[in-house]
Amino acid sequence: MQFLSYFINGISLGSIYAIIALGYTMVYGIAKMLNFAHGDIIMVGGYIIYVAVATLGLAPLPSIVIAVVLCTLLGILVEKVAYKPLRNAGSSLAVLITAIGVSYLLQNAALLIFGSSTKAFTSVVTVPAIHLFDGQVVISGEVVVTVITCFIIMGALVLFINKTKAGQAMLAVSEDKGAAQLMGINVNATISLTFAIGSGLAAIAGALLCSAYPTLTPYTGSMPGIKAFVAAVFGGIGSVPGALIGGIILGIIEILSKAYISSKLSDAIVFGILIVVLLVKPTGILGKNIQEKV
Amino acid sequence: MKSVVKKVVSLALVAGMALSSVACGNSNTATTSNSGSATNTTSDALVWKIGSTGPLTGGAAVYGTNVVNSAKLACDEINAAGGINGYQIEFNGQDDEADAEKAVNAYNTLKDWGMQLFVGTTTSGACVATVAKTSADNMFQVTPSASSTDVVNGNTNVYQICFTDPNQGIASAQYIGENALATKVAVIYDSSDVYSTGIYEKFAEEAANQSFEIVSVGAFTADNKTDFSVQLQDAKNNGADLVFLPIYYNEAALILNQAKTLGYDVQFFGCDGLDGILSVENFDKSLAEGVLLLTPFVATSTDEKTVAFVEAYKKAYNGEVPNQFGADAYDAVYLLKAMIESGNLTPDMSTSDICEALKKEIVKISFDGVTGAAMTWVESGEVSKSPKAMVIKNGEYVPFEK
Amino acid sequence: MKKLLKMSKTSKQNYITYAMVLVVALIAGVMDATGNMSSLMSGLLVPVCAYVILAVALNLCVGILGELSIGHAGFMCVGAFVSAFFSKLMASTIPVAWIRFTLALILGVGFSALIGFLIGLPVLRLKGDYLAIVTLAFGEIIKNVAAVLYVGRDSKGLHFSLQDTMSLGLEKDGEVIIKGAQGITGTPNDSNFVIGVILVLVTLIIVNNLVNSRDGRAIMAIRDNLIAAESVGINITKYKLIAFSISAALSGIAGVLYAHNLNTLMSTSKNFGYNMSIMILVYVVLGGIGNIRGSVFAAALLVILPELLRFLNDYRMLIYAVILIVVMLFNWAPSALAFREKVKAKWKKTPDSTKKEVA
Repeated sequence: MQFLSYFINGISLGSIYAIIALGYTMVYGIAKMLNFAHGDIIMVGGYIIYVAVATLGLAPLPSIVIAVVLCTLLGILVEKVAYKPLRNAGSSLAVLITAIGVSYLLQNAALLIFGSSTKAFTSVVTVPAIHLFDGQVVISGEVVVTVITCFIIMGALVLFINKTKAGQAMLAVSEDKGAAQLMGINVNATISLTFAIGSGLAAIAGALLCSAYPTLTPYTGSMPGIKAFVAAVFGGIGSVPGALIGGIILGIIEILSKAYISSKLSDAIVFGILIVVLLVKPTGILGKNIQEKV
Repeated sequence: MKSVVKKVVSLALVAGMALSSVACGNSNTATTSNSGSATNTTSDALVWKIGSTGPLTGGAAVYGTNVVNSAKLACDEINAAGGINGYQIEFNGQDDEADAEKAVNAYNTLKDWGMQLFVGTTTSGACVATVAKTSADNMFQVTPSASSTDVVNGNTNVYQICFTDPNQGIASAQYIGENALATKVAVIYDSSDVYSTGIYEKFAEEAANQSFEIVSVGAFTADNKTDFSVQLQDAKNNGADLVFLPIYYNEAALILNQAKTLGYDVQFFGCDGLDGILSVENFDKSLAEGVLLLTPFVATSTDEKTVAFVEAYKKAYNGEVPNQFGADAYDAVYLLKAMIESGNLTPDMSTSDICEALKKEIVKISFDGVTGAAMTWVESGEVSKSPKAMVIKNGEYVPFEK
Repeated sequence: MKKLLKMSKTSKQNYITYAMVLVVALIAGVMDATGNMSSLMSGLLVPVCAYVILAVALNLCVGILGELSIGHAGFMCVGAFVSAFFSKLMASTIPVAWIRFTLALILGVGFSALIGFLIGLPVLRLKGDYLAIVTLAFGEIIKNVAAVLYVGRDSKGLHFSLQDTMSLGLEKDGEVIIKGAQGITGTPNDSNFVIGVILVLVTLIIVNNLVNSRDGRAIMAIRDNLIAAESVGINITKYKLIAFSISAALSGIAGVLYAHNLNTLMSTSKNFGYNMSIMILVYVVLGGIGNIRGSVFAAALLVILPELLRFLNDYRMLIYAVILIVVMLFNWAPSALAFREKVKAKWKKTPDSTKKEVA
């Protein structure tokens, strides 16, 4: 029973990682860049919802819509200003560094606007918790909603990528940018679209992250962002179902290692398992193995 | 070779920016530090230069911001009331990012500015690094909130406003034991934090002498402080009837929330780090109902001094409520004022002379502040004051009576 | 003179780098010694040396070996903790500072090299971003373990624990040397600017000589084309490991310097986490990937820059972030580069020395 409840806690945590990882993996798959600012866009989404709900008194759902729209715009803006000029730069590292710059920028801008003090986030989820076995196992409403949202988003993304023209263009760009361009695909527009979708997803992730763990500071997004990134790598970065699986597995590992090994060393254990996975299967659980050509 | 030229050009650009900022820096320092204290006289006149550092950016920013803001507030109040011994105060607060190296940089910046009295450093780890410097410079240092014993150990120029960590751990264990609050206790602490670890270790040691036993110990780290389900579950499974939280309120807010989700109704007991939980914006106060804390300061206290401080702080910093860090810093500045007045010091004395004079004053003084009445200090730097046991009832802190 | 003329172009460039470092160091040293330097700048001298070494070390890994590592702060952490532990332990046994520091340096560097070697063995089989992620993971593991490590000493010898001080089981007279999150307090302050500059020069000489050696050419061949390098019989694993271990060892030097400059050593996300690893990467990318001299100056400038921005008060880190983005764009964006070329062409119509160099 104890194990079961830890296991469910793991899935709860993992579902949060998964929903963040979905955005991460999309951007990586298509733009081939580690967008370190992704976690901070989540934070921005959280603050937008906070302001909409707590200050403007809007209902949760319209607030989330506003956050999605604003974060999408922010994502497009960031991509245009900081990433796009470096797309054909001499080294792919250049854009990694501007992503760090953007991450610092967003954190410090939030610090200036909202101050350093913690804001308590009102959960946007109204689904009641499920109590099993006389309350020995509890599944919170946030978890139920997050898991369902995860699957919906994953399904929608898979459909979008496989069934729409824009999605096929994304796939083509991720396979071979040059060839895609020759086929008449607007590579820049496709990548911008990817960032737009990724940032929109970040807003939803922000809503769910802050509902599950209801505090909000300018640094709320950074650690979950890195963890979700690890989750995306676990699952095979670039793979949409992989992100979901990676996120949930990561959550379970983290909780179980906290419960049964050491709560202080759980991060070390999570990273250790990541290393083992990558050494055995260098492209993650669901990642495609691409042979390097001469 | 092309790339070398390119790099040199761009580095020159950065250097140019840097240099221009130096230029601005020199001309601006005086004005920025004055902002807010309108009564300041010209720079030729003698003034007290009080500096402070704390994390103003980064994850610990809320603590440093409180310290720097409150110290500045105290300085402004004193200036408005005519200064100390007739001399105005100039205040300068610097960001140290809660990092040892940055704290030394921040301290050096203040030293270059001409600081005579140091109200810092906010966090223990960073403070240990600055203490080495102030001790070498013989600069008088009052730290509002760096509570580790390593801060004061072996230095005669450093004094604390806050309790030392071991003190809090022992006091908490004794309080729980003497009042028979529980028989089975669980602890959740931050193993990556000096404050939290310090309290926990002494608490665990003292618990051996008390009537309760520790049945569950759950740690977390700065990188892993959102999910506490495991720690709470463990406490619950082991039948703990009290959970001791020697941590700060940000994490405590999450713990309370998750305990509720888990359906775990238990007595929570905290230290001074828990004060501030009711001031978290938008916080569901019903979650904190019944939480006990042993603290020298609560922002909702009806004590005259506290009310005045909290009101002034709210007015100066758009409605924010100060936490215990701010209160400590506020006391630190007023303590300096009281000692300078009783020692009859003037700002034309050298920093080292001021330090020597203040060392003699501080062991004599009995100081009433917002974080305690009749506070006294021993030569080793530790404060002696008594914490109050408070309980949260109907969204307010009220004195706890059994 | 004759010898100087005979020198190859690269070694001439190397000597210019050493000379530049020496001149800057000399000016700074003289200013500091004569009291013409602010406390802030004077306090920054040793950290700047440490970060310069780190940047050069990482450039060896990223620029010369061509493998992206975002875990170098971990190697710095190893060097720092091992050396500080030794110095604290031996503070009373070896009273002579320079002997103690030299031994601490050897130990710190040795351990970093060893850890670098052990990590390199599995990691270097991976490629590209996956390698980067695994280095990040190792860096985080090192940081995490260092933050929960307890070591104490009493008459029976050393005691280790990953739990807390109590579980060390020390006797009454025992002393806790590494105290978990609190780390090591009271490390003797054995480093100074002269040592820092010497270590910077040593690092530069090691890296430059490696690059210009047979081994260095093999390493760069692997970077440029792995399959071609393999086909001419270069032992890929061996050379990758050599470069990676040396890079780790050099990061260890920086750690030793860092640890002996402060009174306290804690393992936090700020100083040994991935944030720091990325910061070092910023120095390298800004100074030019593979450009050792660039790393030296980029690191020095970027360490000093946030301190110089202090007058901005609350806006400091915001402006710092903006500068970072702008400089990156200015430095790397193809459009910005084209614009700069155009401006340069306008300014320098007549062919001059720089032009020749460009050609």
